[in-house]
Amino acid sequence: MKDTAKKPSLATMQERDMSKEATHQKAVRILVKVFLYAFLLLMAFIVLFPFYWMINSSLKTLDEYRLSVPTFWPHQVQFSNYAEAFTAANLGRLFINTVIVGVISTILSLIITVLSAFAFARMEFKGKNVLFAALLATMMIPGELFTITNYGTVTQLGWINTYTVLIVPFLVSVFYIYLLRQNFLQIPNELYLAAKVDGTSDIKYLWRVMIPLAMPTLISITILKMMGAWNSYIWPRLVANDEAHRLITNGLRNAFTETTGDVNYPVQMAAVALVSLPLFLVFVFLRKYIMKGVSRSGIKG
Amino acid sequence: MVESKHQWKAWLYLSPCLILLLVFTVWPIINTVRMAFLEDYSGLKAAGGQVFSFGFGNFTKVIQYKKFLSCLKNTVLLCVITVPISTFLALLIAVCLNSIKALQKVLQTIFFLPYVTNSIAIGMVFAAMFNMVGSFYGTENELIVTAGIINNVIEFFGGHAINWINYGSSYAANMTVMVVYIVWNALPFKILVLLGGLQGINRQYYDAARVDGTSRRRIFSRITVPLLSPMLAYVVITGFIGGFKEYTSIVGIFGEGMGPADDAGRLNTMVGFIYDALATNSQGRASAAALILFAIILVVTLINMQVSKKKVHY
Repeated sequence: MKDTAKKPSLATMQERDMSKEATHQKAVRILVKVFLYAFLLLMAFIVLFPFYWMINSSLKTLDEYRLSVPTFWPHQVQFSNYAEAFTAANLGRLFINTVIVGVISTILSLIITVLSAFAFARMEFKGKNVLFAALLATMMIPGELFTITNYGTVTQLGWINTYTVLIVPFLVSVFYIYLLRQNFLQIPNELYLAAKVDGTSDIKYLWRVMIPLAMPTLISITILKMMGAWNSYIWPRLVANDEAHRLITNGLRNAFTETTGDVNYPVQMAAVALVSLPLFLVFVFLRKYIMKGVSRSGIKG
Repeated sequence: MVESKHQWKAWLYLSPCLILLLVFTVWPIINTVRMAFLEDYSGLKAAGGQVFSFGFGNFTKVIQYKKFLSCLKNTVLLCVITVPISTFLALLIAVCLNSIKALQKVLQTIFFLPYVTNSIAIGMVFAAMFNMVGSFYGTENELIVTAGIINNVIEFFGGHAINWINYGSSYAANMTVMVVYIVWNALPFKILVLLGGLQGINRQYYDAARVDGTSRRRIFSRITVPLLSPMLAYVVITGFIGGFKEYTSIVGIFGEGMGPADDAGRLNTMVGFIYDALATNSQGRASAAALILFAIILVVTLINMQVSKKKVHY
């Protein structure tokens, strides 16, 4: 009798203890969540702030920009900064140059990459592995080491201040070949052998089977290559710094040499916003492919 | 028979790639090493028919060059400061992102945004944020018209405006701006890789730890970090390699002067030194500096790999 009377009370006590602990745990969990979100939102704010400040500044009048107390949204929105920036930096010409170089070098680079990756992934020839290892080894060498000699080479070839000099030296990317080869290797070899038996030519097989299957990688390569043309600065500045062939990043820096002091920041920020806009559009629509390509590289632009 | 037929075809497919590599990669390696070991080699003088003797003069001159030492100091400092900060912050953000559900995708997208920007263009935005508009810097008649948004924030919290990048600014202030910008720029790639790594960790480990009643901190140090260590090693190694090649982010903020108006070249880096030497037709010295840079990157990478061999759990 006594035992049965005691048991339920013990059970309820334990239950009460557990529910107390549960609420305690729940409180801790909520606190951690709040802290997590607070931290992440703060960091997101820091990451986004420069973009916001760029747009905010680009829409102000110069007088408003100079106010000692900053305004967080322009009192008087002045879109004409953008028009002024467009003409001041000759952005039209720079856009055209960059698109020409970007498109041609992407197309040629894709052709070379596909052919090489196919040879490394599907064909047998003497010294294949040694050659591939040697190619990968060149990825370790900093680009500056090549640039010194290449600058002399392109000068001798008479390529200075042409589109050629911006396109040809960078057509081969060992990293892209590596990326695509890995992708090609995942496609079962039986498909290739079956195609061979049917008498399909290599090129036809490549075009009909391999390329469609490797499309995501090819798109990643295309985007990274285009972004490369858009963001490249050192080489274009060195070899094609004339009005007719200047690329966008170099042109932007060239048009606004003053970074500090009392410069017309609204116009400068408008130019920066115009140069950044295509990158944002690419980002918004093709983010998936960029992230896929990037997480395997470690190179920027 | 199929094999032998393939042989020449394979070489045919590879030929555009190999020809370009021979001209723009293999030859430069040979030639750059050659130029580095020819005393005072200059492309201009070589074209004039001058013959150069073999020697280590370029290396000894470069190393004794005061400008080179300052470039080396800047590069190493930026590397040593920014890589740990950005790796730690990226790890923190990635772990937090991985443990939330709502808003995860949105925040992930925001954190990746700086990756697809132009380092020169956004550098100009940072310059605008840190800039002071005024005149007579460093004199008694100093006149500040606009302190810049960063200084506005500092003043809001009761601090004094700092001359970050203008005429008369201090080296420490310049470096602080560079560290902030480089970390901001380095975060997206690191977060992307680390978050990918975290999402790849098998949930069973966490479930097992929870059953055992393991504390959060212990779970982090005994499960998350060890299983994430290959990604961490990767991020640190690529961070160091990128860090030693720092150049355009400084051009973005300070322009081609590579320093504040009163002390141009103060923030120049190894890569900047190489291009300066190239611009003055001192290919010998540029090559020597490039080889030194390569050697440093190689050594740092090997050390990193050695350390990670002991620490990384695969």
